[in-house]
Amino acid sequence: MPRLKSVLIWLAVLAAVSVPLVAAAGSPLLAWRQPIYIISGFAGIAALALLLLQPLLAAGLLPGLAPLASKRWHRICGLGLVLAVVTHVAGLWITSPPDVIDALTFTSPTPFSAWGVIAMWTVFAAALLAVFRRRLRIKVTTWRRVHVLLAVVTVVGTVVHALLIEGTMETFTKIALCIIVIAVTARAIFDLRLWQLARRKKRGRTWRPQ
Amino acid sequence: MTSLITRRTILAGAAATAATGLTVPARAAGLAPTPTMRGGANNYLPNAPIVERIGAGGFWMTGTVRRAGDGAPLAGQRIQIWAHTTEGHEREPESHGATLTDANGEFRLEMPQIVPAFGQAHGHLAYDSGDFKTVFLRPLMDSPSDTTLAAHFVLEAA
Repeated sequence: MPRLKSVLIWLAVLAAVSVPLVAAAGSPLLAWRQPIYIISGFAGIAALALLLLQPLLAAGLLPGLAPLASKRWHRICGLGLVLAVVTHVAGLWITSPPDVIDALTFTSPTPFSAWGVIAMWTVFAAALLAVFRRRLRIKVTTWRRVHVLLAVVTVVGTVVHALLIEGTMETFTKIALCIIVIAVTARAIFDLRLWQLARRKKRGRTWRPQ
Repeated sequence: MTSLITRRTILAGAAATAATGLTVPARAAGLAPTPTMRGGANNYLPNAPIVERIGAGGFWMTGTVRRAGDGAPLAGQRIQIWAHTTEGHEREPESHGATLTDANGEFRLEMPQIVPAFGQAHGHLAYDSGDFKTVFLRPLMDSPSDTTLAAHFVLEAA
């Protein structure tokens, strides 16, 4: 890949992650909020930003990263994603336990809550599946498909959750980041060709993981 | 944005209709009590004082209080109100105030502009005076630029 293109891709990723965070840091809604609630909100934004990195790393789309390093960073960012979600929910729990009980039991009056809770469970499931991958002794292809399906639900749930919220994220940068996350996820799934593998094998062709 | 009828508007309208029982015929016999909302009680400080207005005002919280069953308006009922506003956090005592319903069972209290918190702008109201069962409400605002919010109570005997 040409050097200029690599630099541009990295700059674009850096901007996609940092601009929404900086914009949110200037939100007037931060006034009067407790530190734990502010941390909780930014953990949510960090989780959305990590959802951009995860498909890029999984499909090895970031230039200059060797496939093995890319996979390793995918695991590290996956752990970071789980920790961000835990921080987000724990912070909300400390801020308002009754609202979090309503959300977790799918009885919240705010429509965005359920989407966030669904995304939380699917991201936990995707991570647990990764941790117990070897012990589960399931076929690699099956494992990958289930992991990706859980990831897709996580991405969709998170994006709808974020878009419905009137929060500290600035509207334009929020919508832009959400569109980029969806686009990158779709591109990564296409590149990984998870649903073409079986057909290729049947046709007798060999498939080599990158 | 204000001209759009959003899904939220319709849902809120449906919820409000369901909550107030406005679909019940004029006699209003069998008017169901308003169920309390779990999230309504967050940052509740009992015994908020009756005030002329909360802070510098500019935003109106309105509503009605009626009796379950016959739907009769309840006068002189104390409604406590608090929210996250331009002037302070929900938990601060200065953000809390109470008012009494008039002869028609209506109340209105001026307060600072409510700003979004916990994902969507909302207010908190409580009936917690003992004659009727305690009810907490957490009404949502369709838009954070709204300058008024309504909540309706139908109370049943304690």
